[in-house]
Amino acid sequence: MSEGTLYDKVWDRHTVTELPTGQTQLFVGLHLIHEVTSPQAFGMLRERDMEVAYPELTHATVDHIVPTADQSRPYADDAAERMMSELEENVREAGIEFSDPGSGNQGIVHVIGPEQGLTQPGKTIVCGDSHTSTHGAFGALAFGIGTSQIRDVLATGTVAMEKKDVRKIEVTGELPDGVGAKDVILEIIRRLGTDGGVGYVYEYAGEAIENLDMEGRMSICNMSIEGGARAGYVNPDETTYEWLRETEYFQKNPETFDQLKPYWESVASDDDAEYDDVVTIDGSELEPVVTWGTTPSQGVGVTQPIPAPEDLPADKQDTARRAQEHMRVEPGETMDGYPIDVAFLGSCTNARLPDLRRAARVVEGREVHPDVRAMVVPGSQRVARAAEEEGLRETFEAAGFDWRNAGCSMCLGMNEDQLEGDEACASSSNRNFVGRQGSKDGRTVLMNPRMVAAAAIEGEVTDVRDVETAEVVVDD
Amino acid sequence: MTDGPAETVEHVSGSGIPVRGNDIDTDQIIPARFMKVVTFDGLGQFSFFDQRFDGDDNEKEHPMNEDRFRDASVMVVNANFGCGSSREHAPQALVRWGIDAIIGESFAEIFAGNCLALGVPTVTADAETVTAIQDWVDDNPDGDIDVDVANETVTYGDTTVDVTVDDAQRKALVEGVWDTTALMKANAGEVEKTAASLPYVDDAA
Repeated sequence: MSEGTLYDKVWDRHTVTELPTGQTQLFVGLHLIHEVTSPQAFGMLRERDMEVAYPELTHATVDHIVPTADQSRPYADDAAERMMSELEENVREAGIEFSDPGSGNQGIVHVIGPEQGLTQPGKTIVCGDSHTSTHGAFGALAFGIGTSQIRDVLATGTVAMEKKDVRKIEVTGELPDGVGAKDVILEIIRRLGTDGGVGYVYEYAGEAIENLDMEGRMSICNMSIEGGARAGYVNPDETTYEWLRETEYFQKNPETFDQLKPYWESVASDDDAEYDDVVTIDGSELEPVVTWGTTPSQGVGVTQPIPAPEDLPADKQDTARRAQEHMRVEPGETMDGYPIDVAFLGSCTNARLPDLRRAARVVEGREVHPDVRAMVVPGSQRVARAAEEEGLRETFEAAGFDWRNAGCSMCLGMNEDQLEGDEACASSSNRNFVGRQGSKDGRTVLMNPRMVAAAAIEGEVTDVRDVETAEVVVDD
Repeated sequence: MTDGPAETVEHVSGSGIPVRGNDIDTDQIIPARFMKVVTFDGLGQFSFFDQRFDGDDNEKEHPMNEDRFRDASVMVVNANFGCGSSREHAPQALVRWGIDAIIGESFAEIFAGNCLALGVPTVTADAETVTAIQDWVDDNPDGDIDVDVANETVTYGDTTVDVTVDDAQRKALVEGVWDTTALMKANAGEVEKTAASLPYVDDAA
């Protein structure tokens, strides 16, 4: 078993007791809720005549069903309106703070937590959404949970969990130009598989990780769940503290920052920490990674050939054959040149300010291909405002991108933004499962935000390293 | 649902249904568009919807569309079942379709946790064993499968095989402590102590 890791330390600090099942009752420091997975939990609470135990440690937003075009109430979609109303009623009754669209703070739950300073090192964070692993970028232990567990957290402020092993994933060296965090995580999942992380939490470390900004670390931790890991995290460091210091919360409460910093530093993994497994990847050898299939592990370097199913491990061959049929790709080809119909720049993986900046640099002075519909869906209202102030909206709109309101949008197609028929989508999101983007025949190709921008312009998957990028946008 | 102790789940018996293929994600088990609801009621009909129906709502070839499996309560699946989204809607839909237990090679952890919260065992066995059970179910759609959670075996026809049930899951099901709310609520005093020991709690939010 691991010892002296951030996971061990934060786990111990939050352990309430051991349950008769052998599971640990773990205190939850931050419970994030949204409109899709919480209404049933509030319903269960009412049935049991229970109240929310720690409303002050709970924070709500609306992201999955919120329209990204016309947000006037009632929403055009009755089902969406009902979910929104239900959430409004639940948070009002319980006294839970709600980043609603009128607050100027609304956005994807995994974007707003960090940007509001709610996400902090050494916290346990849960949310009824698998991408809660995102918050691990700050050295928090963050887990996606189901609705019955949401009920538990609402009722008790705790969750029943089993301790996992810790796998350290060390990404060494310097990432080449044009290669970013998204490529690192797609490569990790390609190598270890979608179920390679079952039984583990992932600690991301090494020079390439340490050199990433917080947004890049969030992109990596975000997709831990796509690799089967229960959570992922990066140890807090100066980059983390700098980011936190700039949040509105700590700007207003600088003394709290000073009080908490020793705790944050104390939970970082010890130099001599013991891990259950260590995997090393040479970051300097990576290139932009795109998916050719229907799971996030079915990825390939953009200049590399798509593998033949028979060359893959036996248990992956059948899935690969079905994926290649669905995506209409052939082994031996590269993804470079794969025609696309839609470009989606958004999602909790890649819709933060630096993602939009990097994509805008590629887009600047160019036009979206006439056969492509391209959209930018900022991760939050704050991201949208910041991007607009920098002129990024103008850049995208001048090129022909549709600039929409914050939300999950076409990542999972629970609002009006969906693929139609067999459209192929260059997407900065996290899942390429069949039907994920709202059409069961739709085809999703995952890639980094710059690659999405390049695909939008060219109308096909394109190696962004071959595209000259503008310098006009604020440097990141 | 009541606030009392949960039922014990020592055995699940019933006929089987094979759903073959690795890496079946929760978007396949229940597409996101059916999650625009505020209760889980009625989700059963949408289980594997896009695998079962084409764009014009015509039935496609899928075991859940076959009459012979209509009364099944034990689903037999392959590797990494339930990966992807944490949506409890997925096991809720399967339970409401009629599933009480799932046998597979491996399960995504959040999915297995969600099943446990509903009292549904997710037992595992190696690929060969699972395929043998799936083949047997195909040939014996009316045959009973007995999932013995306490003793970690599955019996079908004249065959009994060893399977694995996660320790915490087995204890929770067999002792009837899988509904953890009341159990954890009873420790409210301890929870307060833990909260008070954390430097950030007073300052949070």
